[in-house]
Amino acid sequence: MNRKALNNFWDKLFKLLGITSISFGLLVLLALIIDVIIDGYPRITLNFFKSFPSRKPEMAGILSAWVGTIWIMVITALISIPIGIGAGIYLEEYAPKNKFTNFIEINIANLAGVPSVIYGLLGLGFFVRYMNLDRSVLAGGLTLALLVLPVIILSTREALRAIPSSIREASYALGATKWQTIRNQLLPAAIGNILTGIILAMSRAMGETAPLITVGALTYIAFLPQNPVIIKDSFPFMGISFQGLFDPFTVLPIQIYNWVSRPQKGFITDAAAGIMVLLILTLIMNSIAIFLRYQNQKRVRW
Amino acid sequence: MLGRKKFILGLKEKLIEKLLFLCSFLSVLTTFGIIFILSAESIEFFKEVPVLSFLTDTQWTPLFVNKHFGILPLLCGTILTTFIAISVALPIGLISAVYLSEYASDKTRNIIKPLMEILAAVPTVVYGYFALLFITPLLKKIIPSISGFNALSSGLVMGIMIIPLVASLSEDALRSVPNGLREGAYALGSTRLQLSFKVIFPAALSGIIAALILAISRAIGETMIVAIAAGQQPRLTLNPLVPIETITAYIVQVSLGDTPHGTLEYRTIFACGMTLFLLTLCLNIISFKLKKKFQEIYE
Repeated sequence: MNRKALNNFWDKLFKLLGITSISFGLLVLLALIIDVIIDGYPRITLNFFKSFPSRKPEMAGILSAWVGTIWIMVITALISIPIGIGAGIYLEEYAPKNKFTNFIEINIANLAGVPSVIYGLLGLGFFVRYMNLDRSVLAGGLTLALLVLPVIILSTREALRAIPSSIREASYALGATKWQTIRNQLLPAAIGNILTGIILAMSRAMGETAPLITVGALTYIAFLPQNPVIIKDSFPFMGISFQGLFDPFTVLPIQIYNWVSRPQKGFITDAAAGIMVLLILTLIMNSIAIFLRYQNQKRVRW
Repeated sequence: MLGRKKFILGLKEKLIEKLLFLCSFLSVLTTFGIIFILSAESIEFFKEVPVLSFLTDTQWTPLFVNKHFGILPLLCGTILTTFIAISVALPIGLISAVYLSEYASDKTRNIIKPLMEILAAVPTVVYGYFALLFITPLLKKIIPSISGFNALSSGLVMGIMIIPLVASLSEDALRSVPNGLREGAYALGSTRLQLSFKVIFPAALSGIIAALILAISRAIGETMIVAIAAGQQPRLTLNPLVPIETITAYIVQVSLGDTPHGTLEYRTIFACGMTLFLLTLCLNIISFKLKKKFQEIYE
């Protein structure tokens, strides 16, 4: 072979290696999904969603787990979304270029890299002990809100940065104030990309296990946090109660962890079934996020 | 009238700015909160356990009658699983990144990148299940002497989990190398392979190292995979076939038990957390600085 052919040969070989490398991770993902379906499919029945955990594997279900997951995600979303977007807007539109802003930026980049279990320790020390929230669903939600905040801040900033400055200048030229510009021009334009970030953040919150274990979520729980909507006999027939915020809780990933760590074979089936539910929810949320981003990229606006 | 309206409008603007500032300031408070909580409990811990024995004792048995508080076995477990994970994620992630950046067409890239994202989005507890109940039995067929809980399977799965991180961050670094360099190399007759490894790769090196360091930090902090599949036996060994325990797995182990608040056992998790936080903080800052420097060169 001459030199050129040899070079081309190596080039082709590397291309093959590249395709193999990329397929490797994806094949593992496929193996994982198939493995979980084989193990868990028989347990996916309506009863599995309607039952509390039990000592008997074939009776056990994920009722308290999925209700807990919804509680946690709603609390996390309510706190992290407004604060995250607000912080993103400040850093991108208001913050002066100085040492302090730089410090905040390094700080957020670093927070995004802090291991999640450390947030759990923060939650345990601050929310559970110092604020006396005990091992409640509120303490868990607050902890996860801090955890996903950097994700939302970063995606808000990126979304705002993508808007050309001509939009801002045009708005100012028409006499709009800074906030009017942000509210009426920038946010509507950026909302698609911000939403993508929010969905990814919520998907992350749904799968987090370690920080909630540290905060003190229970692994065996046979009741639900008190329903926020109370049906009454007399007018106005409905009431809202926040008592549930202070109840103990578990979430889907923790229930799965609990089942995985038990020796009986039956619980492995329960774990696999729980994973199927968790994986399907994760896949749906991520697909929506990816689709949204794709749509936003397609829309040529400027 | 107009003046008054303008005044109120100005006031509102100022108020909103302050409010938004507070939102971003919360991130600073979070960092201070972490540092404060960790140090407050750690200081109490180090009043009873000398720092020197924490750093040099070779046994970690805080839950036994004969108590030893040496972080080394936990640190050793953490380093072992991290090393295995990086040995998997670095080559595969880098080759994938080079392929995506220099070889793949836009269309291929648009299909592969979202799939990679999904690989990264799988909850870690799922990976833990996979390590314990799929990879370990598989490894047992190859290495019959391997224990049911071991560092190898959790390290391997952790590696797979961080492939997307390494791949996407390195790809960003590779792609931000200016096109002029590519065109120059092609004009001199180089193949894509020569271009990738002789021109683009060296040019993007600091960005790639930033990605690698971030991946190491991520592996050190990973919790659920090791808590499920690596065992709960702190052990000063580099043998990947026996049960070990990492810093993170220990924190989970103690959190699951009902360790009363204020005891020495309770404080051990904060001392462990402090160690973990300092380790990852250093790595994150180095990575951030490298990335900043890299961006300054090309942007």
